[in-house]
Amino acid sequence: MNTATIAATSPDHQRPQTMIQVTKLNKWYGDFHVLKNIDFSVTKGERIVVCGPSGSGKSTLIRCLNRLEEHQQGDIVIEGVELTNSVKNIEKIRSDVGMVFQHFNLFPHMTILENLTLAPTLVRSMPLIEAQEQAMMYLQRVKIAEHAHKYPGQISGGQQQRVAIARSLCMNPKVMLFDEPTSALDPEMIKEVLDVMVELAQEGMTMVVVTHEMGFAKEVADRVIFMDGGEIVEENDPHNFFANAQVDRTQNFLSQILGH
Amino acid sequence: MSVTTQVGFRTFIPQPSMAPPLEVSGAAHWAKQNLFNGWISSLLTLLGVLLIVATVPRFLNWAVLDAIWSGDGEACRVDGVGACWAYVGANFRILMVGIYPVAEIWRPVISFVLMLAVIWLTVSGKVKGTRMLACWLILPFIAYWLIGGGSLGMPEVDQSRWGGLMLSLLLASVGIIISVPLGVMLALGRFSGSPVIKLLCVTFIEIVRGVPLITILFMASVMLPLFLPQGMDINNLLRIQVGMILFSSAYMAEVVRGGLQAMPAGQFEAAKALGLNYRHTMFYIIVPQAMRHVLPPMIGRCIALFKDTSLVLIVGLLDFLGMLKTSTQDSNWMGFEAESYVFGAFVYWLVCYSMSRYGQHLENSGPQNKH
Repeated sequence: MNTATIAATSPDHQRPQTMIQVTKLNKWYGDFHVLKNIDFSVTKGERIVVCGPSGSGKSTLIRCLNRLEEHQQGDIVIEGVELTNSVKNIEKIRSDVGMVFQHFNLFPHMTILENLTLAPTLVRSMPLIEAQEQAMMYLQRVKIAEHAHKYPGQISGGQQQRVAIARSLCMNPKVMLFDEPTSALDPEMIKEVLDVMVELAQEGMTMVVVTHEMGFAKEVADRVIFMDGGEIVEENDPHNFFANAQVDRTQNFLSQILGH
Repeated sequence: MSVTTQVGFRTFIPQPSMAPPLEVSGAAHWAKQNLFNGWISSLLTLLGVLLIVATVPRFLNWAVLDAIWSGDGEACRVDGVGACWAYVGANFRILMVGIYPVAEIWRPVISFVLMLAVIWLTVSGKVKGTRMLACWLILPFIAYWLIGGGSLGMPEVDQSRWGGLMLSLLLASVGIIISVPLGVMLALGRFSGSPVIKLLCVTFIEIVRGVPLITILFMASVMLPLFLPQGMDINNLLRIQVGMILFSSAYMAEVVRGGLQAMPAGQFEAAKALGLNYRHTMFYIIVPQAMRHVLPPMIGRCIALFKDTSLVLIVGLLDFLGMLKTSTQDSNWMGFEAESYVFGAFVYWLVCYSMSRYGQHLENSGPQNKH
């Protein structure tokens, strides 16, 4: 199949379509070289799990993807739009890339419903009624519609994180980034959030997930990436990644987190 | 080995909740705990009681029991009578609006009612967000137009005739209404990415904060006209109003800055990640939360500004305090300074206490700021 001609005539039907393309990415915090020559790409509908010890640069990597962190060298292209200093490009990419944070970061002075309708009405100029209908639809999907008129401080951590996922979905993102979404949750609440994420994955959402939940990785990931010291040490499909890691550092890490 | 205990599955039944143990209560217990808890406490209580016995009955006799409530100055000059509240009644109009033309008094009254209406709309939550902001920002212009006139068919009332509590409230409320948004903008300017804007804001704030209000009022009243080009004349009152706004906004900016610095980074990040631009992020996410955090010092600044309006007396405006002073020099009512200042203190207290209560109401209403 001649992908070049297809891409030229109808880019929407190009398969596999590249969603994220990162080339030779380098980033420093002062003198500290936090990301070293990262090359990585995500195709449409792919689910990637990024794991690694703390300080390995995994959070920094996905925060670069929507410019919460600025990179100094290399290219990041999201759905054909290059991430440069152009404010227009940055805002376009951010509105198409959803992000879920470790600490939920809901807006505490707004009701759950207002949290969900704010960005669609302001950024997408969606009429309020339509935004509210859409918000209720997503709240039902994350099974939290009955709390729509409460404030974030009045619901549990697991519920807040599900609201945060729904808030991102309201922007109809083309890709979702998850930055340790379950790390701040009580053990009893982790499952309700993971269930929502599994459901999302099954619906074909493109996802990049930084997490320590290896069960989630085994169940839904198409590819697992292991990072250490600002580099991608190893990437593989989950079966091979867990069964026969090729690098000693990966084996060492897996024995640490799976060993108990 | 004949008895075997059954080991295994047991259903968990939560214990019923019990009432807390009874506290010792009653007036005697309270008094012992709070008034006679040790000999220092007892001594202070006794001293306090003595002080109250020595002063309060005398004040009450003067202010209420022996007070003269109506009549003229002569009725109050009889020996042995107490406070002359008839003085307040006789001078009430002057104290409230100064020498504003009697036929036009409905205009300041309507302005005041309009302000009460906007306050009511805000407190009751009938208007919110951008529309509430618009109501507040239009209010000063309507008030100045109603009271001053001179355009749109409203006959002009010269500003030399404005005075009394009306003038104090006008200066303070317009000062607060304009200096709060101005202060927010200055505070945001301090965090601006542009070094020029940042430098301008910091310079303005530091200069204004380094100068007493009275200096600014003198500059506005006396020096500014010297620098203005020939033929250009901004009236004295407006210059002083602008001086107060600038002074107040510098302090408001520092109060708001405290709130902005306390905002967690996650709020900025969440707004960015949703694609909100800088303006929307600040207006909908950051500033509302920051303002909530700094409500107590902000209300404090509003109260201070209202009390500071009494300084305009020095640059020749007859505000409420000025009128209190002037009215005691009226030959019919000479010698009633005590009544005049007690009444004045009461009115200042009433306005400030209302603001303070409204501040507490705001703090206690709305969502809890939990993260």
